[in-house]
Amino acid sequence: MAEFKKADSMLEWFDQRLGVVNFAKVMMTEYWIPKNINFLWAMGVLLTVLFTFLVVSGIFLLMYYKPDANMAFDSVNYTIMQEVAYGWLFRHIHAVGASVVFLIIYIHMFTGIYYGSYKKGREMIWISGMLLFMLFSAEGFSGYMLPWGQMSYWAAYVITEIFGGIPFIGDDLVVWIRGNFYVADATLTRFFMLHVLLIPLAIIGAIVFHFYALRFPHVNNEAGEFFDFDVEAKKYLAGNKKHSKVIPFWPVFLSKDVFVLGVFLIFFFYLVFFHYGFAMDPINFDKANGLKTPAHIYPEWYFLWSYEVLRGWFFEIAGISGKDLGLMAFGFANIIFLVMPWLDRSPVVKPANQRPYFKYWFWLMIADLMVLTEFGKLPPTGPNAWVGFGASLTFLVLFIALPFITKAEAAKVKGKK
Amino acid sequence: MKEFKILAVLVALVGITYYGIEPYAHSVMHPAVAPADFTFQDVKNVDTSLAGNVENGKVLVEANCIACHAIEKAGHPAMMPNADAAASYGVVPPDLSQAGRIYDKNYLANFIFDPVTAMHVQQKYNPESGKAFPMPSYNWMSPQDIMDVVAYLQSVAPKVADNVEGHKSTFEAACGRCHNMQYAGIEATTPASVIKEHMGANPPDLSQYIKSRGEHYLHSFINDPQVLLKGTSMPRVGLTEKAQEEVIAYMEEVGDSKKAERESLGVWVILYSVIFAILAYLWKRKIWSEVH
Repeated sequence: MAEFKKADSMLEWFDQRLGVVNFAKVMMTEYWIPKNINFLWAMGVLLTVLFTFLVVSGIFLLMYYKPDANMAFDSVNYTIMQEVAYGWLFRHIHAVGASVVFLIIYIHMFTGIYYGSYKKGREMIWISGMLLFMLFSAEGFSGYMLPWGQMSYWAAYVITEIFGGIPFIGDDLVVWIRGNFYVADATLTRFFMLHVLLIPLAIIGAIVFHFYALRFPHVNNEAGEFFDFDVEAKKYLAGNKKHSKVIPFWPVFLSKDVFVLGVFLIFFFYLVFFHYGFAMDPINFDKANGLKTPAHIYPEWYFLWSYEVLRGWFFEIAGISGKDLGLMAFGFANIIFLVMPWLDRSPVVKPANQRPYFKYWFWLMIADLMVLTEFGKLPPTGPNAWVGFGASLTFLVLFIALPFITKAEAAKVKGKK
Repeated sequence: MKEFKILAVLVALVGITYYGIEPYAHSVMHPAVAPADFTFQDVKNVDTSLAGNVENGKVLVEANCIACHAIEKAGHPAMMPNADAAASYGVVPPDLSQAGRIYDKNYLANFIFDPVTAMHVQQKYNPESGKAFPMPSYNWMSPQDIMDVVAYLQSVAPKVADNVEGHKSTFEAACGRCHNMQYAGIEATTPASVIKEHMGANPPDLSQYIKSRGEHYLHSFINDPQVLLKGTSMPRVGLTEKAQEEVIAYMEEVGDSKKAERESLGVWVILYSVIFAILAYLWKRKIWSEVH
């Protein structure tokens, strides 16, 4: 055992035992972030804060929520919303937080795509991020079922039904997922378990991994510039702070993030207290009823684009039914972002607007996702169905074309040099 | 400056998407309908400009109405318990104590003349269906007599306070014979099995209707259910605008009981966030002045 001398201060006492001084250096004061960044680089911290809000509000909700098909609806809408002191506040934070966390995830994700922060050494950051997106999606979907309202029930019905399209095992798989032949109490209880235990554990693990994956390739910057972090860090530590290209995570990087967070919180709490309808669908204030289908069934806004990719295929092509085509397109849409680093064949790391071909691809992709999101909510009738089909097809074509576009771009850029 | 440009692009993209999936999509799914008509102009069998005679009205009511209807406020108790009345008529006949207050004068007069037409439930009660509404038409009565009845009912109706208790009494008189309101402990006076038989389905519990339907929808729906839900067996009940507002107010007091707390706390939390953001900005400026 190491020899311990008597500590002169509390800090020293902890430092002897836990190495806190070094730990703080590694994690905070000498964790280097590029200086050339804008507020979009604060989304990670926003997401961490939002996830904390969700965990804390979730813990409070868990004290009164009843995962039982006969009691769930009233435990949420009466006990939590009306009886428990500030129960409504926790529910509003949880519901609005769950919706807004996806807005920030999308901003975070498209910032990464715009600045090319997924390639040349940053592949694992991207993959762990997409893994988090998938886990958050599962968390959002399982949580949406818990209030056991009409939309909870029918969204669960429609989404679990999707698995029925998988060849051979589809029908059995649906029953296995639901725990019954239809969405029922067993479904509610198992999704409750997923929502409060298994998926959150996986999310926490994935967050740690995401932060870890950032450590070696370092955070990207606004110009996509590569430089030697050690050299820049030395400059900074030598006092040449103004000329160094890096800043420490604490306090410099975080001071900016905390300000962005402050502005965000004004917006967030405005939504929580005064404008929460978008996150708490009116239809979900009707108790689940398996015998009464709502006139319009739609998922929460953050799933609309992939839902529309699924729904856009409504007619048979070459002997394959529209349903199966939609399912294939849906499967494609849900994994394609994961392989983004390998679809982009250009070695250039630069903001999209400084890349001759990619900039068109990027903005077309954003526009297409917006169209998909919009038409994913509208009833799929008449011309809407065709717009949905067109946007869904465009989505596939965009991603199939990406390797060719970026390869051509790489050749063009090389030719110039 | 550059950061503001990025923010502007972000706000525009989010704003367009939000507009599309919220206000626009909802306007497509729920198209605007004709505005609520609280004068019930479509029914004009009775000349409602005639001045009613309360004394004569009292005589007519005692001869024609109290065999089925209670009027507690005028000393006419119900003839039988609710369960028995419901079994006899299909639904508990309303106590008329509040009728003169909560129902529009024009509606009430025309209702007495011909209930089915006034209620907009011709699709259910017609010669082909063979079903008859429990209350007969008083179309043999002269308009003057009908207006006398209306005048009498208006004279006995008690005033209610503009508070939760008052709103509750309006709600119970207007909705409470068919609808439960579990979150307020209100159970329909007509037993569930009987009302199901009478209406074709169990009328919904209204505890959360302020949230699931919203004030805007209820405003139009209560005024005339057929406008938004064609073919529904819920009758047009003929509430005055004031009575309807009281009903909706009560639905909000029960279904969204923390509204006042939410809105007052919201202001403080947002104010706190603004101060937080200002202090954070000052701190950021100080820190970044060393590195820029």
